[in-house]
Amino acid sequence: MSTAIDQIQAWTEQDYKYGFETPIESEAVPPGLNEDIIRRISARKGEPEFLLQWRLRAYRHWLTLKEPTWANLKYPPIDYQSIVYYSAPKGWKGGPRSLEEVDPELIRTYQKLGVPLAEQERLAGVAVDAVFDSVSVATTFKEKLAELGIIFCSFSEAVREHPELVERYLGSVVPYTDNFFAALNSAVFSDGSFCYVPKGVRCPMELSTYFRINARDTGQFERTLIIAEPGSYVSYLEGCTAPIRDSNQLHAAVVELIAHDEAEIKYSTVQNWYPGDRQGRGGIYNFVTKRGKCLGRNSKISWTQLETGSAITWKYPSCLLIGDGSVGEFYSVAVTNNYQQADTGTKMIHIGRNTRSTIVSKGISAGRGQNSYRGMVKIQKSAQGARNFSQCDSLLLGNRCGAHTFPYLEVKNPTAQVEHEASVSRVGEEQIFYCRQRGLSSEDAVSLIVSGFTRQVIRELPMEFAVEAQKLLAVSLEGSVG
Amino acid sequence: MLEIRNLQAKAGDKLILRGIDLTVRAGEVHALMGPNGSGKSTLAQVLAGRELYEVVGGEVLFEGRNLLELSPEERAREGIFLAFQYPVEIPGVSNLYFLRAALNAVRKHRGLEELDVVDFAGLLRERLRLLGMNEALLERPVNEGFSGGEKKRNEILQMAVLAPRLAILDETDSGLDIDALKAVAAGINAMRSPERAMLVVTHYQRLLEYVRPDFVHVMAEGRIVRSGGKELALELERQGYAWLEEEAAPARAGQP
Repeated sequence: MSTAIDQIQAWTEQDYKYGFETPIESEAVPPGLNEDIIRRISARKGEPEFLLQWRLRAYRHWLTLKEPTWANLKYPPIDYQSIVYYSAPKGWKGGPRSLEEVDPELIRTYQKLGVPLAEQERLAGVAVDAVFDSVSVATTFKEKLAELGIIFCSFSEAVREHPELVERYLGSVVPYTDNFFAALNSAVFSDGSFCYVPKGVRCPMELSTYFRINARDTGQFERTLIIAEPGSYVSYLEGCTAPIRDSNQLHAAVVELIAHDEAEIKYSTVQNWYPGDRQGRGGIYNFVTKRGKCLGRNSKISWTQLETGSAITWKYPSCLLIGDGSVGEFYSVAVTNNYQQADTGTKMIHIGRNTRSTIVSKGISAGRGQNSYRGMVKIQKSAQGARNFSQCDSLLLGNRCGAHTFPYLEVKNPTAQVEHEASVSRVGEEQIFYCRQRGLSSEDAVSLIVSGFTRQVIRELPMEFAVEAQKLLAVSLEGSVG
Repeated sequence: MLEIRNLQAKAGDKLILRGIDLTVRAGEVHALMGPNGSGKSTLAQVLAGRELYEVVGGEVLFEGRNLLELSPEERAREGIFLAFQYPVEIPGVSNLYFLRAALNAVRKHRGLEELDVVDFAGLLRERLRLLGMNEALLERPVNEGFSGGEKKRNEILQMAVLAPRLAILDETDSGLDIDALKAVAAGINAMRSPERAMLVVTHYQRLLEYVRPDFVHVMAEGRIVRSGGKELALELERQGYAWLEEEAAPARAGQP
């Protein structure tokens, strides 16, 4: 028995490959948070007055809030005055006009991460916005997308070039009053991605943002806003990594999605922030608010996430199903290993008639990891004929980890149909022995079992990310798909 | 091919195998019978390398090599196949993928090229034809939601694909209705060959009506207490296992 557990541990203790640091000088604001810091961030970005005022209102509201304690997470208090709220590569003045102006060191950094930005080696079929600490350093395929009327750029650029869209939609899904971390983000957010897909346009390539935290003691507070006009479609992906450090760093992002009539947004995440070492030192604190509004008739928002990184994950990508016949989906794989903790799940709020939602959550715990699924399904009185299906499965690798499930259900319309399934299983010595008896190494056996367990979610990821996901899970999925 | 000499093995503190001697040559089919708890399945698992059991004495040679120093996967790649009494479910992993991964692990070990999807499909079709099976089980996850009969047939299919030197079939007949039993027996017979040896572990004589063994051994209390030809199986069927008590008793008395 012990060997099976050793094998599982060996498998789960693979090293973090993205832990390098880029030797680049940065310019930052002093640590701490006050109105002056917020004014400096806003001024540095040359923002219009409405945005500065919005930030200040958010900050004043944040001061009245307390950090939430309801999650199944344990961590020492965060000192918000010791965090640096803005850091950019030295000499940074707005976004670069072309790649030639981007510091080669940054291009090399993204190359090392497997995200080529240079013209000749770009990923076919994927447009990338690269966010480094507090700024977006490059966005590829912008012109090509613009021909179709698609706007894909950094948030800062959107503020400059399309202030009317930003003003109209910013905070319309996640208001700054929503929660502690959303309020903090609203006050200090620095950059992120912006995407607008016009009426009837099907975005021909995957849009993606690659988030990288580099500077020490710096928090990353990005904001992403995606708007899909009637009848449009867009698939967006995000990836995240950070250097290995022995102190914790805060990442508090906000993502807002808006889908109008018949529009569809597919949002995928491969979150691989530095998870801390085997003793639980260091790692990113990941407190993220993600929410999509299915505003229009028959609109659809689909969240797929693979969460393998971060010391702490607090994240509930949700859907507000307002339009009649709108659809919300949440597919999640969350892995916690060593001393990682995750409290993640979703909220599906059914408001319109005949709205449908699907939740598939797969939690994998190893080492001393603690993995909680927290999900809410709310069927409002108006949601005639609403349907939900939830499935939450947990897989335990080893005997010192934990899996927890916290489902909340609120049904106010008697015509609603709600189903919930849950299971907990342990990778057993028996399963591993069976595979080994067929000639597979124990390592391959664990990979195989994990890939089978997560398959339902991984197949929802776009191709380009499925590859990264496979590598991340150290599994080969090729044959089990076909 | 297989030489077992005075093999003793424990599960926890309990001695289960108390000195097994058995020689199996290529081309032979040996039936291993005996009452519940006699150690038949333990022997099968020990030969496959199950780490729940600790070998505390004796030796096992496979093709002249010390089998006991090999890991379970090395034994499998060297050509030892165990059809499980209780085949294990692997949710989400398609049977097809599992079979190909297993075959390629074995082929790689033997210095053969790994098979791609197309070549593998060809080989698989041929094996299915040989066994008289259809493709229905292939797209489903390994053993998940399979009936008892389907699980056992799936073990036989795996055996046919991996083409082992020594196949150990652990109670492959248990829980099968007569049609399933016939199908499984036909699969086993199809795999009989002068290069392949089989060790068929069974509680009942029933399977042996369809799979004619060359030798029959009877186990009781961790030892082989009687060996003979296929007539021994019929004798057991008539008399049951009660008479074994007497045969095992003197052996027990000789135990410290």
